[in-house]
Amino acid sequence: MFKLLEGPQTLGRGRMFWTCFLVVLGGALAYPLFADSYDVGNFAYFLIWIFMALGLCLMWGYGGMLSFGQTLFFGIAGYGYGVLAINMGGGTATIAALVLSVALAMIAAGILGYFMIWGGINGIFFGIVTLSATLVLAFFLGQTAGPEWHIGPARLNGFNGMKGMDPLTVGDFYIEGSALYYVLVALIVIVYLALRMLLNSGVGNVIVATRENPQRAEMLGYDVRKYQLLTFVIGSGLAGLSGALYTSWGQFITPSSIGLPAAAMPIVWVAFSGRSDLTATLVGSFLLLFGFQTITVYSQQAALVLMGALLLATVMLAPQGFVLGIGKLVADWWRDRRRGDDAVVTEAGRLQSEEA
Amino acid sequence: MSAEVFSVFYQFADVFAFLILSAAGLAIVFGMMGVINMAHGEFIMCGAYVTVGLVNLGVPLAIAQILAAVTAGLIGVLVEFLVVRRFYKRPLDSLLATWGLSLIVTQSMLLIVGSAVRGIGTPEGSFAIGGYTFSTYRLVLFGCAVAVLVGLYIIFMRTRFGVIARATMQNAAMAKALGARTGRIYAISFGIGTGLAGLCGALYAPTMTLIPTMGATFVVESFVTVVIGGANVLLGTAPAAVLLAMIRMTLNASYGQIIGQIGMLVAVILIIRVLPEGLSSVLVRRGR
Repeated sequence: MFKLLEGPQTLGRGRMFWTCFLVVLGGALAYPLFADSYDVGNFAYFLIWIFMALGLCLMWGYGGMLSFGQTLFFGIAGYGYGVLAINMGGGTATIAALVLSVALAMIAAGILGYFMIWGGINGIFFGIVTLSATLVLAFFLGQTAGPEWHIGPARLNGFNGMKGMDPLTVGDFYIEGSALYYVLVALIVIVYLALRMLLNSGVGNVIVATRENPQRAEMLGYDVRKYQLLTFVIGSGLAGLSGALYTSWGQFITPSSIGLPAAAMPIVWVAFSGRSDLTATLVGSFLLLFGFQTITVYSQQAALVLMGALLLATVMLAPQGFVLGIGKLVADWWRDRRRGDDAVVTEAGRLQSEEA
Repeated sequence: MSAEVFSVFYQFADVFAFLILSAAGLAIVFGMMGVINMAHGEFIMCGAYVTVGLVNLGVPLAIAQILAAVTAGLIGVLVEFLVVRRFYKRPLDSLLATWGLSLIVTQSMLLIVGSAVRGIGTPEGSFAIGGYTFSTYRLVLFGCAVAVLVGLYIIFMRTRFGVIARATMQNAAMAKALGARTGRIYAISFGIGTGLAGLCGALYAPTMTLIPTMGATFVVESFVTVVIGGANVLLGTAPAAVLLAMIRMTLNASYGQIIGQIGMLVAVILIIRVLPEGLSSVLVRRGR
């Protein structure tokens, strides 16, 4: 099973790559030991969004479905967590609220995905239908300010957003600060490795085949619609995980994290990073979130202008993504340096990188 | 009785005008080039701001609205030349590029102009039928929507430009081989599309609050109308707008605006399950 961690669909293989992986992971685990708690909290905030980016990378980069609806499912699970956590009371029930809210987002994705995929919607229309649904949810939640909009004791509160839910809790222990940080790191490692295994498995190869040529995949006997729906549900579910964790992190959620311009953010992260590889998305999204947060402190509008400019620059200059492009340059340089040492190994390496 | 009938027609006309005016520009660009202009809402915003700016300078409303549409059209030609032109072979990338543009424009406007712009009131004037009072301007909007459709019919069916444009739409390579300057046709079509977006903003400017993010108010309606309508403006967008306006009007009347919008979206999602290529594919097939 662990053989699937490496394969043709994911970049990075061999001792060198996994050593780097372990070094980065070790650094991430050691970070709270020598950083103050404010920085750890900030770091945790960046990590929350990574799931959404990985989900979009799966759908868009591997599945060829450009969904603009990541914040739709983010919002469904985010509000879902809030409503469930308030209604079921705090304590360990919040863990159930997290699981149920992600399941809710996946069910919603299943329904929307069924109508779009079985209807034969693809390409551009896939994007604008998902975006329309996202904006309608944001408009709807924006006008729920009145006291009549409540689910049990949970008030939706319109543009001011819902608040007052407990953060994730086990017994009497609130998962906040460093604890939340470690939970997030663990979840990211699990999701990242699981996605690698999924993509290098038979199912993953069919997903990629569907992206390359749906007709050909169908002629080979696969019901491509089922694989597309699966991809859409998993990718959207990961957005839901981000949403539920976000609500738990800040104990509030507003419609502005669903509508524009929030809906564009996952697209910018993944496009800039390089949609066709999980690792590039992971690294690039983190860098962008870090940069965005740094500029937002001074001016949110300026940060968003920069995001728009990055998106425009990416499609005009490096349609495959900047992080992926730079990563490939470094890999090429490394290979050339080793060429003198061992011609055979180099040759094998070249073949492998072409496959990828 | 006639008052009730007229009241229903009035509500229908109101929604229909909104759908046609907000979607026509988007539909033309999509129909001609297969590109969805994600900055559509920003061109609408541009039309609205130019109108209000000119009116505040003392220009009469109608002239300001025409100038606003022309301005948006010219900016559109420039955007086509600088950005969109590179992406005709990569429609998904054109979506991303125009979305990037949209982010840049909206947020820059927020930075530069801020949210405070003095609006202009809806033109006075109303009339009464039976016990009901109706705003004249809403009917003017309906008239403009019909005029847009008629205008597009004339441009695309009755002029030399229209013939070449339709030829380009059917088979760009062949049209080019026959001497049509397809690049210029695309630029003009994009300009017409954004000009219509500007017109939409100009016409609704007196009825709305002016904020840089106002384009978002229009995008859902324009997206779903184009999704249902498909690639043909006259045979797709117009019937789609009739259908959606009926659904929307019924729901608006009984449950309010937001349920109307949700209902419209649900209807769209159900319709694409049956008609993924839009109404125009069915109507065009019937016509042959």
